[in-house]
Amino acid sequence: MSGSPGAGRSRIVTWAVVGLCLGLAGALAWAMLDLPAPSTRLPGQVAAQLERSGVEHPVTAVLLNFRGYDTLLEIAVLLLALLGMLAAGVAPRASAPLGASSMLAALARALAPLMVLVAGYLLWAGAFRPGGAFQAGAVLAAAGVLLRLAGFLPAWTRPGAALRMALAAGFALFLAIAALGLTEGALLRYPEPSAGALILAIESGLTFSLGLILAGLFLAGPELPRREDGGGTP
Amino acid sequence: MTELADFGVFDVLLALALLGSAWRALAAPDLFKATVLFIVFGLLMALAWARLAAPDIVLAEAAIGAGLTGALLLDAVGHLRARRRAREEDGR
Amino acid sequence: MSLGLFYALLGGGLFALGLAGLILRPHLLAKIIGFNVMGSGAFLVLVGLGSRDGVADPVPQAMVLTGIVVAVAATALALALARRLLELSGDMVLPGERLRPGEDDDADA
Repeated sequence: MSGSPGAGRSRIVTWAVVGLCLGLAGALAWAMLDLPAPSTRLPGQVAAQLERSGVEHPVTAVLLNFRGYDTLLEIAVLLLALLGMLAAGVAPRASAPLGASSMLAALARALAPLMVLVAGYLLWAGAFRPGGAFQAGAVLAAAGVLLRLAGFLPAWTRPGAALRMALAAGFALFLAIAALGLTEGALLRYPEPSAGALILAIESGLTFSLGLILAGLFLAGPELPRREDGGGTP
Repeated sequence: MTELADFGVFDVLLALALLGSAWRALAAPDLFKATVLFIVFGLLMALAWARLAAPDIVLAEAAIGAGLTGALLLDAVGHLRARRRAREEDGR
Repeated sequence: MSLGLFYALLGGGLFALGLAGLILRPHLLAKIIGFNVMGSGAFLVLVGLGSRDGVADPVPQAMVLTGIVVAVAATALALALARRLLELSGDMVLPGERLRPGEDDDADA
């Protein structure tokens, strides 16, 4: 990166960039060392309000209750990114698919149901210990990628109506529950006695849609040409 | 509220490994090697999150940061190679 | 120095390292890796500074959790666009930049 003399770029430019980036690192370090102590104590505030949030795990409380706005916008961003990918029309892959060996197929067969189980556990555990919709969705997506690599799942050339609705379901459900808060006076304000149930409902929707969207980031694209010599699914 | 662990030798070693793997990932001319080093970097990041008492991020980083991003990058590298090979065969 | 501050400083270093890679490497895949390293650095700064007094802070942790998911979506979108560029121009480099000799994906193929 820093050494070899570039064909189109002179050594001087390279070293200037390296110098500037070193300067940036130094300035960042100086700013961080110079930073005064924070005037508000967020961990204390979170702990004080945790009882009213409907869940017992502080990170889940922040994600789905105290800063629910960020999570709502985040799932919207994910949906937009996938729509952008589908709209960009991923180029047909010239590559032959990974030859799905029988070993990989057997592994995928054994692991996929377990991964769905783990996702369900993580979703449930999120209320009182590390876990939650994001991790559960990531595990679901990993299961999707594994099934794709083993040749059990087709790539998405053009998602059908059911798939499109499933992709948007998590966001739609979250938005609906957020709008429900308007009757309480503000967007995303949950009625206190049912906050826990509402958060679990939102998280279930999020897990489902997040898993699909994250897997879709990998699956989007035209069907891979099948390899002639088989090696695919038995 | 969780207290963080004390600062120790392990943190210095982890920091050096993180900087080293990131440097090698960015400096490697071979993109396949760069991608594999980036996955290593992601897994080391998961260790750093564990040191920072952030178990939620450990799960997300290992599954998404290293796993899914790695799969996406490897897929792109494979696509690039297959394409180049196809073009070379056409040229012959 | 507290553990949080140490990792925040490390994050600053990783951010600068990723930025250098992003600028210096012409190949788009390498640029995307650089962008991801920058993101990891920023996340470390957020969580590290949040816990520099020795107590883990759930607020930046939750923000970083969403950040990681958004980063992978951005990476996937960037890769899709890079593939489109590969189809259109035959190479994964931005117009005006050229691959250096030896900087190739199949140097050993």
